[in-house]
Amino acid sequence: MWLLNSSIGRKLVMSISGLFLILFLLFHLCMNIVAVFSGEAYNMVCEFLGTNWYALVGTLVLAAGVLVHFVYAWILTMQNRKARGNDRYAATARPKGVEWASQNMFVLGLIVILGLILHLSHFWANMMLAELAGVHGEIAPTDGAKFINFYFQGNIVNTILYVIWFVALWFHLTHGFWSAIQTLGWNNNIWLGRWECISKWVATIICGLFVVITIIFYVNGVGA
Amino acid sequence: MDKDIKVTLKVWRQKGPKAKGQFETYPMEIHQSVSFLEMLDILNERLVKEGKEPIVFDHDCREGICGMCSLYVNGHPHGPATGATTCQLYMRRFQDGETITIEPWRSAGFPVIRDLMVDRSAYDKIMQAGGFVSVNTGGVPDANAIPIPKKDADLAMDAAACIGCGACAAACKNGSAMLFVSAKVSQLALLPQGRVEAARRAKAMVAKMDELGFGNCTNTRACEMECPKNISVSNIARLNREFLKAKLKD
Repeated sequence: MWLLNSSIGRKLVMSISGLFLILFLLFHLCMNIVAVFSGEAYNMVCEFLGTNWYALVGTLVLAAGVLVHFVYAWILTMQNRKARGNDRYAATARPKGVEWASQNMFVLGLIVILGLILHLSHFWANMMLAELAGVHGEIAPTDGAKFINFYFQGNIVNTILYVIWFVALWFHLTHGFWSAIQTLGWNNNIWLGRWECISKWVATIICGLFVVITIIFYVNGVGA
Repeated sequence: MDKDIKVTLKVWRQKGPKAKGQFETYPMEIHQSVSFLEMLDILNERLVKEGKEPIVFDHDCREGICGMCSLYVNGHPHGPATGATTCQLYMRRFQDGETITIEPWRSAGFPVIRDLMVDRSAYDKIMQAGGFVSVNTGGVPDANAIPIPKKDADLAMDAAACIGCGACAAACKNGSAMLFVSAKVSQLALLPQGRVEAARRAKAMVAKMDELGFGNCTNTRACEMECPKNISVSNIARLNREFLKAKLKD
């Protein structure tokens, strides 16, 4: 199976799963923007998703996407370490034109995964999982707006942790987006610079808005 | 104005493929107009006179064509000069009192033979897997008989500039040979004579590259930045296209 055995096949899986996760980030960002303007509207979206079959299927597909992306990243990293050989260079210098993020994608990915675990423990565990299990605390599982206020409004620790998470995600996406396009073969001498620029814009729009929204939640909570 | 400078060389010495290597230090006083390889020649003459083993390193044409001079100098394959091989590097690139670290290519695909010399036959094996045109194209046609767009001719020529020195895999943190393979696939796929076998070639060369233990490309672009012939990573995108098209057709 060339998607498993071939170096380009494995990279293809990484790029497609990565692009899928970027699409999800855009969807999640839209939900967060709704919460900035109206907690009630945000709860309507939460209720609409809830534990319906399509939300459950979506969650499973999303989890599979994250899992595939992470497992392939692990496999590629281990193979690359082996290919590098046992002896390392005594003198190293990062060549001009090589982005720091491109050489630290695995570490950045690990930070993103840690942030994801924190985020899931804050929201998914208290909402979808609690609803499925039929066990929940004082806040109803469908009251996403209240959870946002609970975890962010006036909570500097969570706010800083989330901002660190988004900064790591920004670095990851600045390289990840154009790298995915390059792996798909949609690149040439003219578009190389353009895709790198677009990649930075995509990362900045997504992560920048997430950071701004997190700070708004810290200061004001969800919209009235 | 070039002048005499004093430098300290930290050179990797290793008696054989299985032997444990270590750095040895040699002080040198040298004129800046001397090339890097000439400087090593002078050092070797000195070592021979002292009854010591000379440093083993690869070199051949000494004019930037053959790609034999595979040295990793101060953290860069082929040294700090851009778009140049080690043999095109001159001592005027270095400062008086500088310490220069010289290492062999570090990649599982290029095992050390001795000192600074590595076995780069892996690249030959990749070429043997498909880096050629085997269809019968007949006698030599008139140069204008097969029209080729200027753009394609230029791209093919740029890709053909690859000398297969191995700097791409040596510079890559993943030990990937993708830039080399992509250049060889591109130079032929862009031209009518090579186009016929483009799919088979891409699959065979990538399979051989993987089999020989080279790493996976993560598009860091270190290969492109360190390539002495400035081969572009856009060739890697073309290789990906050729490979994916070929696999999807299977």
